[in-house]
Amino acid sequence: MRYVLRRLGFFALTLWAALTLNFFLPRFMPGNPLQALRARTHGKVSPEALQQMLTSYGFKPHQNVVSQYFAYLGNMFTGHWGVSIGATLGQPVRQIIGQALPWTLGLVGVATVLAFLLGSLIGVLAGWRRGGALDSVLPPIFVVTSALPYFWVGLLLILVFSVWTHGWLPSDFNYDTSLQPGLSPGFVGSVLQHAVLPGATILITAIGAWILTMRNNMLTTLAEDYVRMARAKGLPDRRIMFDYAARNAMLPNLAGFAMSLGFVITGSILVEYVFNYPGLGYELYNAVQNTDYPLMQALFMLFTVAVLLALLICEFAIAVLDPRSRARA
Amino acid sequence: MTALLVDTSGAPPVETVARRRGGFLGAVRRSRKAQVGLAMLFVFCVFAVVPQLFTSVRHPNDLAFAPRLPPSGAHWLGTTALGQDIWAQLVYGTRESLVIALVAGAFATLLSVVVGVSAAYLRGVGDEVLSMIINIFLVIPTFPLIIILATYAGKGTLPVVLIVLIVTGWSYGANQLRAQTLSLRNRDFLEAAKIRGERRSYVIFAEVLPTMTSLILATFLGAALYSVLTAAGLQFIGLGDPNSISWGTMLYWAQNQQALQTGTPLWSIAPGLCVALLGASFALINYAFDEISNPALRPVRGRRRRRARG
Repeated sequence: MRYVLRRLGFFALTLWAALTLNFFLPRFMPGNPLQALRARTHGKVSPEALQQMLTSYGFKPHQNVVSQYFAYLGNMFTGHWGVSIGATLGQPVRQIIGQALPWTLGLVGVATVLAFLLGSLIGVLAGWRRGGALDSVLPPIFVVTSALPYFWVGLLLILVFSVWTHGWLPSDFNYDTSLQPGLSPGFVGSVLQHAVLPGATILITAIGAWILTMRNNMLTTLAEDYVRMARAKGLPDRRIMFDYAARNAMLPNLAGFAMSLGFVITGSILVEYVFNYPGLGYELYNAVQNTDYPLMQALFMLFTVAVLLALLICEFAIAVLDPRSRARA
Repeated sequence: MTALLVDTSGAPPVETVARRRGGFLGAVRRSRKAQVGLAMLFVFCVFAVVPQLFTSVRHPNDLAFAPRLPPSGAHWLGTTALGQDIWAQLVYGTRESLVIALVAGAFATLLSVVVGVSAAYLRGVGDEVLSMIINIFLVIPTFPLIIILATYAGKGTLPVVLIVLIVTGWSYGANQLRAQTLSLRNRDFLEAAKIRGERRSYVIFAEVLPTMTSLILATFLGAALYSVLTAAGLQFIGLGDPNSISWGTMLYWAQNQQALQTGTPLWSIAPGLCVALLGASFALINYAFDEISNPALRPVRGRRRRRARG
């Protein structure tokens, strides 16, 4: 119980640190939304009018920083994220995020989980046949692929599958804009088609790390006494591989999975940028380009919450799967 | 993506490596992965130090040639849509990318060592606070933070990019080093040093740190890899200095001019490949070190294969 409280305390503290950082960083840095807005309207609108506009949208630079800070903390938790003061001036931030979130979850979420499951499976097989074909070929290859820059893999795929093949696969946006969004087969097909290249990019760059760590964990686990015991009992190979070795080798990877989400977010921002895929990462890029504080803050909070939530779920899963972790706590 | 390459399943038996210096170098010489990685790194270092040996162009950012020339004897990789020689930009761009990798990697490692080792040595409240800081930095998604930081610090000049990379890149190594130091704490040779009455600073610098050489090296390689990839990503989306000569900046301009769609794909593929190769060289060396310090991971060859499978 004490352990659970400690962990929850840690999560609360981390969230608070991230939110605080998120509040003060923009305010201590040069440049402000008013200037950016003036530059964007090419001075056609008077500064006073712009100022008024921003104020009505909740931008109050002259208010006491401390009271701004507490108002900000409260708003973050209650979902009052304000309205965009960037490119889509006046649009509620919740609405922007609501539109972008499903695309990121669908694309990045599915690709990441797929990379994890597929990578772990290949890792199990490679580690099992020590010195076999998989084991001698895969590690060097995936050491290299896991060091590839996400965006470059994306560019390469665009070049090969879109430019050279004259638009065989789409390289832009999330669906064919000439189609009416809905559950029609044409639209769903278009969505899937548009997800192939960005999804493949994430899969290719993310899978290597899982294969390598899983293989290495397998090698450690296969040397354990209980595996030798299982062999001595004459259990079938498949059973030893999955029920004895893989299950235990999986545990450290599960913790790694939550930790890697930060990297996944990084990658997805770049991938969404390369493919103009209108998800959260793409919105973050736009928000930064347009000094859109409210949108930026809400997005950064969401990213942090996502990572913390994943970490929490993984710790919970580990506690359920691994009795040792419960005993330690 | 980078950090995961380091084996986290348990503290590798580090000290056996550091103790046997000759054996260590020998192992590097025998490892194919280390050889390939070191060779690639060496080539890039030569490019970075004496770029003028490899191209006759002296100012690669000048718009000196006809735009969009295909690859030829005069322009090995053709020219950009703006009229620059791609090969020359590539060669001259090596320096900045390599400097970012080495400097940011080195300082991030230094920070990891300082924080990680002191956390393990302080114990009590000090350890609690430092581990908390390490963990917070580990969990907060860094790239969005980097984007926001780099934007506000003015278009990222080299020092800004370096600082941002160091601030966001140290926590993973610190975590590993703390764990390793904790596991070393109660070893006999440290007890012996304590009983001899050695000062704490002596114990840390003369006993603990040398023992962890290979982990510190792995931390450095991981941080350098992280820095190369992140810096390239930052510059690619236009948060670097657009006038600098570097691979990331080339990628930015290529994307800006729609290089893929307008028939100059080499402009964007070549610098990306260089980033990938430099990253791969760090990753390969890192993985080879892992194999050297943890013999269980080494590739099996010849007769041993049979036995290992049985």
